[in-house]
Amino acid sequence: MKEFLRLVRLTAFSWKGMLAATVFSFFTVSSNIGLLAVSALLISRAAFHPPVLDLMVLIVGVRFFGVSRAVFRYLERYVSHDVTFKILRKIRISIYEKLEPLAPALLMNYRSGDLLTNLVADVETLKEFYLRVLAPPLTAFLVLSANFVFLAWFDLRLAFLFLFFFLLAGIAVPLLIAELGRGVKERMVRVKAALNAQLVDSIQGMTEMIVYGQAERQRQETGKLNRELTMLQDKMAKLSGISQAATQLAMNLAFWSVLLAATSLVRSGSLDGVYLAMLALSTGSSFEAVIPLSLIYAYGEESLAAWKRIRNITSASPDVADHPIPAELRDYSVEIKDLRFRYDQGKPWILDGLNFVLPQGGRVGISGPSGAGKSTLVNILLRFYEYEEGSVLLGGQELKHLGQEDVRRLFGVVSQHTHLFNTTVRENLLLARPQASEDEMVRAAQKALVHDFIKTLPKGYDTYIGEGGFKLSGGQRQRLAIARVLLKEAPILILDEAEANLDAIAEREVMQSLLNMMEGRTTLVISHRRLILEKMDQVIVLPPGIRQEDIF
Amino acid sequence: MLDKKLLREARQTKFFLSLTIGLGIASGLLTILQAGCFARIISGVLLEDRGLSDVQGWMALLLLVIFLRALLALFSESSAQRTAARIKEDLRQRLLSRLFFMGPVQVRGERTGELVNVLVEGVEALETYFAKYVPQLALAALVPLSILGFIYPLDLLSGAILLITAPLIPFLMILIGKWATVLSRKQWEALSRMSAHFLDVLQGLTTLKLFGRSKTQLDVIARVSDRFRETTLGVLRIAFLSALVLELLSTLSTALVAVALGLRLVYGQILFEQAFFILVLAPEFYLPLRLLGTQFHAGMAGVSAAGRIFEILETPLDNIPGEERGSMLKRAESCSSAAPHISLENITVRYEKEQVPVLNGISLELLPGERVAVVGSSGAGKSTLAAVLLRLLEPEGGQIRVNGIPWQELDPEEWRSGLAYVPQHPHLFYGTVVDNIRLSSPGASEHDVITAARLAGAHEFICGLSQGYDTLVGEGGTNLSGGQIQRLALARAFLRKASFLILDEATSSLDPERESLVQDSLERLSDCTVLIIAHRLALAERADRILVMENGQVTEAGTHEELLFKKGDYYRLVEAYGGAG
Repeated sequence: MKEFLRLVRLTAFSWKGMLAATVFSFFTVSSNIGLLAVSALLISRAAFHPPVLDLMVLIVGVRFFGVSRAVFRYLERYVSHDVTFKILRKIRISIYEKLEPLAPALLMNYRSGDLLTNLVADVETLKEFYLRVLAPPLTAFLVLSANFVFLAWFDLRLAFLFLFFFLLAGIAVPLLIAELGRGVKERMVRVKAALNAQLVDSIQGMTEMIVYGQAERQRQETGKLNRELTMLQDKMAKLSGISQAATQLAMNLAFWSVLLAATSLVRSGSLDGVYLAMLALSTGSSFEAVIPLSLIYAYGEESLAAWKRIRNITSASPDVADHPIPAELRDYSVEIKDLRFRYDQGKPWILDGLNFVLPQGGRVGISGPSGAGKSTLVNILLRFYEYEEGSVLLGGQELKHLGQEDVRRLFGVVSQHTHLFNTTVRENLLLARPQASEDEMVRAAQKALVHDFIKTLPKGYDTYIGEGGFKLSGGQRQRLAIARVLLKEAPILILDEAEANLDAIAEREVMQSLLNMMEGRTTLVISHRRLILEKMDQVIVLPPGIRQEDIF
Repeated sequence: MLDKKLLREARQTKFFLSLTIGLGIASGLLTILQAGCFARIISGVLLEDRGLSDVQGWMALLLLVIFLRALLALFSESSAQRTAARIKEDLRQRLLSRLFFMGPVQVRGERTGELVNVLVEGVEALETYFAKYVPQLALAALVPLSILGFIYPLDLLSGAILLITAPLIPFLMILIGKWATVLSRKQWEALSRMSAHFLDVLQGLTTLKLFGRSKTQLDVIARVSDRFRETTLGVLRIAFLSALVLELLSTLSTALVAVALGLRLVYGQILFEQAFFILVLAPEFYLPLRLLGTQFHAGMAGVSAAGRIFEILETPLDNIPGEERGSMLKRAESCSSAAPHISLENITVRYEKEQVPVLNGISLELLPGERVAVVGSSGAGKSTLAAVLLRLLEPEGGQIRVNGIPWQELDPEEWRSGLAYVPQHPHLFYGTVVDNIRLSSPGASEHDVITAARLAGAHEFICGLSQGYDTLVGEGGTNLSGGQIQRLALARAFLRKASFLILDEATSSLDPERESLVQDSLERLSDCTVLIIAHRLALAERADRILVMENGQVTEAGTHEELLFKKGDYYRLVEAYGGAG
């Protein structure tokens, strides 16, 4: 409930739009009620052959309602979609604001790809939240109130009959169905997820399945899940049948009982007979507002689940606190003394007493097996992780006391997981320095040995890369990343296995652009490759205790 | 509006489809009866000054009709679902069988996400098509016609108004519908582009932070969201017009009927009861047509999903090993547990006709128990060679023999039962670690599994997982690194106790230490022919023989030392790599 209110509060900023949409929606339903009610009154009055002039108001009313419904519906749809888009925008921004300080620590703890894809999908789910969860009860409430007052004006008993059946259809039936369907729905979600996983396995793992002779077994397993899904859908269809039948029954019973009660009122003389048909028809047609209510629980649960998943991710607290103390850096050297780091209290130390000095303009290489803490060291230097013990001096100042952004401004990083955005080559490069001139950009690309390649692209620097654009090979991506870092002109370089996962030819090209880049800069290199480690002033092997010769 | 291939599928559920339509028509007739009762009651009370006791018979009948309609509604949903259920189940199984039959080489071109989407959501989209759209199509024709049948004898003018406006609805629906579909597709594309942009930004968050640009992205997200909102609303402004026109048509003609009836009633040209009956029925006349309008998009979504489904079911099979061809000539003894002697003569493979062959008349020989490494730049045809040996791809020319027996006479299943294979990007299946290792031999003992894991250098890290060998991995399970996944796949292969092992860049994510451990394990394998595809030359160095491939052919062969001495392609590769290391 708390999370539900939080979600409502997040959407509350657009209350004006919501109010407008709700009012339009109310008028849409009311136009239909009006059309039937006024038509019924018209016919009933006409049966007594009055002068046509007496019917003029009613005729105008019928014509008005005949047109107004469509118009109000249009306005309602337009405004409510506008509100939906505004809410989505707000949610995206709020997620980004929360996520920004958490990167990359958070993204390393999860399977980041899936995490983000699911996050974006959950935001998509929330687009139903206003349209299908918040709006219908508001409309139903307005319609209920209006028709209650309308009936009460004739006789209070009629109004209460209507109220009873309306609440039955609008609250009791959906609650009952949601309760009955809860178990089935949960199972359905599980079976669907399992079926999805099975199919992903079948397709991605097809080679292994076939080579190891497991294809037939997989086919049978999938068949089982498939049948289970059908069975569950059958149950859901039965529930949905009950829901529809019950709603329709409540509507028709309301119509019937109001007709019955009103008939006796006519007989007793307390009601004019010409209103009889009008009252019965307006009662029946106001149930139009009830129909969307049957889906509220389903959509509500779905939205809430999506929202909770989002909150789970975004409510973590950032790893590194930012309390910069203004300080002048002496130079661009890095000095690490007795540095110890672990992810959590009680977990083993990842770095256990690391010492080295990287003087300005110097080159230090770091090598060692995976899991030895090489990337952890990089993340500490970049202020993504906070260190507990020991000291890291950057230009003579304790790193802890420097602002995160100030620190990152000093580093140029090339890692094996460089992200290139789905935009043009130019925009990807200029990310490093938006105000860079064309000349500077081209020079950086030339130095990274990627300019000639960019020239061969269909639109040169304006070619779109990534999805829907040009696909790049691993070596091309790395060289673009190197050009981007060159453009940043940072005084200290970190190369974090920048040449890993490339084939021999691509590796040689990347290696050459890396060497170009290192000229005259303070450089920290993480690598397994002798070719690049040989060029270092000093090589440190992690964890300490492994001799350097063992690595080669 | 109706898809021929889809209707053919519907034949198997003719009964439930007819039942759904039958229930809908019955419900329509009851609605007419309800209107009749209602009109009678109103007329009695209003004009004939009847009391409750006089109309109680009609009230009772009305109540009965109301309950009957509820009963019909109860069953029609179930019956509609049944219509679709069998078709969906059947199509899903057929699709999966088809994909397995096509095999990984042909499927690899398709995107996994898209295929899974077709199998789950695409097939699901047919539910609305069969359960809602097709029955509604029938009802939209039949129910208004029967209502018209009742109205016409009573009042020609009202009948005429309904008859003229009714065909306009489906007509306009199709006319505007097609155009609106295009617009709404654009809208969805815009929405998914907006999501894609958001995802891209989130994925690149670390990069943005490194360049100190993460804070400014907030404005970009806001700007992109606003731009999409504006353009999408611009599209919707028009798309919603179609709904407006349809809605207007039905309400306006109801109003027209009402006013016409009222005026004639004043002049006594029509009886009240009849006029009222027609008035109540007029909205019911349009209801099925409007419902069809709301199902139209779902129906079209079904048709477009069907397009993709049948495309897969009808994909021509080329280069695919004929399963039945091999099984006719089964020769089990050829795949005994001894390491095989394999010879390839002049093998040619092309992925697409008239393209450059990937394997261009390649000939080579693998002796029993030999460890052979294949090196060469990417695109040289190394992985294709593996696919051919796995029988996932049938060569268009040349001859392969295993222990002297021609390839065509070997049963593929039988041949694969003696094989183990580790691809560059192995797949972890949803399940436990031990299940994943056991994939290669489901009956293996725990002891054997652990031995295999030790050989692959995986035992240590598996023991460090939260539940050891019972830890869940794969989709949604514990996240393993690329190197860990490769070691599990190697364990899988070692467990198989195969007589022929193919490693396709199987150690690319391992650090040098662990790679060397795997190499030791490989050397300890007895009675097994091993083919190692490597781009890291360290792994090749220790092989009995190295084959260098270029452009689909073997250009050099020999031991590491021999080839270095020759100063040919291999020497250049080693050079490029910066010394053998």
